[in-house]
Amino acid sequence: MRLNGAQMVWESLVREGVEAIFGITGGKVIPLYHELTRYPIRQVTMRHEQAAAHAADGYARATGKVGVCIATSGPGATNLVTGIANAQMDSVPLVAITGQVSKSDLGLDSFQEVDITGITMPIVKHNYLITDIAELPHAIKEAFHIARTGRPGAVLIDIAVNVQTAQAEYAYPDEVDLPGFRPHLTGNRRQLKQAAQMLAEAERPLIVAGRGVLIAGAWDLLRELAEKADIPVVTTLLGKSALPETHPLSLGMGGMHGESFVNHALQNADLIVGIGTRFDDRFTSTAHTFAPRARIIHVDIDPAEIGKRIRVDLPVVGDALYVLRDLVPMVEPATHGPWRETIQSWHSDTKGRDVANRDPHALLPQHVVRMIDQATQGQAIMVSDVGQNQMWEAQYYRHLRPGSLITSGGLGTMGFALPAAIGVAVGRPDVPVWVVAGDGGFQMTSQELVTAVQERLPIKIAVLNNGYLGMVRQWQEFFFEGNYSGTPILGPDFGKLAEACGVMGQTVQDHEGIAAAIDRAMAHDGPALIDFQIEREHNVFPMVPVGGAIHEMIRRPEEGMEAPLSNGNDVPESEV
Amino acid sequence: MGTAIQDRLARHTLVVLVEDKPGVLSQVVNLFRRRNYNIESLTVGHSETPGISRMTVVMCGDDAAVEQVIKQLYKLIPVTKVTDITDDAAVIRELALIRVHAPAARRGEIKQLADIFRAQIIDVAPDSLTIEITGTEDKVDSLIHVLRPMGIKELTRTGRVAMVRGTSGNGG
Repeated sequence: MRLNGAQMVWESLVREGVEAIFGITGGKVIPLYHELTRYPIRQVTMRHEQAAAHAADGYARATGKVGVCIATSGPGATNLVTGIANAQMDSVPLVAITGQVSKSDLGLDSFQEVDITGITMPIVKHNYLITDIAELPHAIKEAFHIARTGRPGAVLIDIAVNVQTAQAEYAYPDEVDLPGFRPHLTGNRRQLKQAAQMLAEAERPLIVAGRGVLIAGAWDLLRELAEKADIPVVTTLLGKSALPETHPLSLGMGGMHGESFVNHALQNADLIVGIGTRFDDRFTSTAHTFAPRARIIHVDIDPAEIGKRIRVDLPVVGDALYVLRDLVPMVEPATHGPWRETIQSWHSDTKGRDVANRDPHALLPQHVVRMIDQATQGQAIMVSDVGQNQMWEAQYYRHLRPGSLITSGGLGTMGFALPAAIGVAVGRPDVPVWVVAGDGGFQMTSQELVTAVQERLPIKIAVLNNGYLGMVRQWQEFFFEGNYSGTPILGPDFGKLAEACGVMGQTVQDHEGIAAAIDRAMAHDGPALIDFQIEREHNVFPMVPVGGAIHEMIRRPEEGMEAPLSNGNDVPESEV
Repeated sequence: MGTAIQDRLARHTLVVLVEDKPGVLSQVVNLFRRRNYNIESLTVGHSETPGISRMTVVMCGDDAAVEQVIKQLYKLIPVTKVTDITDDAAVIRELALIRVHAPAARRGEIKQLADIFRAQIIDVAPDSLTIEITGTEDKVDSLIHVLRPMGIKELTRTGRVAMVRGTSGNGG
């Protein structure tokens, strides 16, 4: 079959199972876009290339398929950079396709020329610059294989425009030949036996489940392991929903803004089994203070993550699904009643004083998230932005279904939520999609409201509007003498902004309006935004100050001064 | 405290086999820069297998850093094998070219020094000689040390190339 380069791209993408792409056309992808209309691929035109990358990212997280974004050369390509870095950091399978100036213009600082393969080298799993049509089919085959295999990640293919218009005989390879890329999926049996032995010896075990569990589709096995050996499960931010948060063994999220009883459990555990987690600094805080009494088993598909930040007693390299499939039958059934009761006693000590229970009449972000939870019965896919809104979502929405939280974890990209939600809604039209964003992050990509309208995506958006870059303001309040430098920000009238874009807009200024606004938004057959004008200087509690250990938390003021759970050595051995 | 840290840092020699593809050298160099590790020297050339290049990288770091570098190198798609040969019996060589100030009166002396080191004079100019030396880094260092008082006008060193010793012989 004789095709031109542009046709080869789409033909190959169809064969890879691509059904939708997110992008913006431009000078050096005109031939690509010209051919696109003949292929069964939905094109979603975004309003900024960063948003295209985030949309492809959200699509990939929600569907488990490779997300594809496309941009022209030069500024189109550089605009993708944040989104590519975001996907790579959170192990999201993404293929970014960029146009490039023609081979004869390369290296001459031509119009809209930028060295995007050079720029993205440190933020991709791999990238390609294609200047010869003969290289194109193999590069696409490899790109999809690399993006989705092993630890997923971002791959960029930069295609010179002369390649798009050149003609050649097309043959799509069946296999890739990458001697340097053979991810190890199955855990070493000797190490798995040792893991089972360590579990049998443990009195205070915990599982830390990260996004790797969700990527691997290993949530059922995670639950089996937890139930069989009676092990409480802590998640990272990106691991949320790996176990339904109403499950008796689910403790919820740990780390910088985890509940104090969760962090306390981590600090007192005698065995931690990390599965598909990087043990990143927002989870462990200062590495050498983390889980001082625990032996650590670390299961990860990426050997470089094991021993990178924290000491590990037993490494297991492998895919969470394969590892748990082999490990669960080896593990002896056990019960850890006293340990769970101890954790429960710490929990009871704090939960009654939660502001969300104590202050029922203020317009607090906790109330908003709780009410979205109730209205959606925990069945929505929540897409949160970055900052206080992200932490309130994580603390107050009970995630029941695997993969029901989509958020920018590693890179912490403000502006992620709305464009990512567009990708989610394209990939999962069967599920309600909610955005929870702050007014700061929302303004970074709010131009995508129009995209949601054009694409008829009924996304519901809650802007938790406090007129500040709130998380930074909180840090300034706690650690920088209350000097609010650069954090107060004026926002537009978000309701009117929404309406101007064709999105249903509402403004809520008091507690009584929350539930009705949520109901109206959900009843509306199309995208809807609610501007929740929340208490301006409300903080995210609890919080681990940077440099501390995770049990040394700043607790909710409502929790008072009594008996802080503040040291990692207060579990008498007799109790456990 | 500084010395305590210094003590733990050892010099490691890594042999890295890579597919000979565009950009692979910058990928490897970039990785060291990005992960905050220093390269002391790096040499690249063809290996015995067509399409596979061989890099010899010398870096300083403690064991954990070197382990992390090796794991990160393996994550680069074109990298097929990484070996830390620091503790292996290995043949390690470096080549240096040294152009030294050499008025007629000193040429004999320089020639003698070169002979002692089994170095060769490969270029003769009216006021200078260029010496080629191959050997361990210590040997190269020593020759440079004795030539320095004469006036070294130009110097280039390849950095370390290394190969693990063969095992078929009766050596250990």
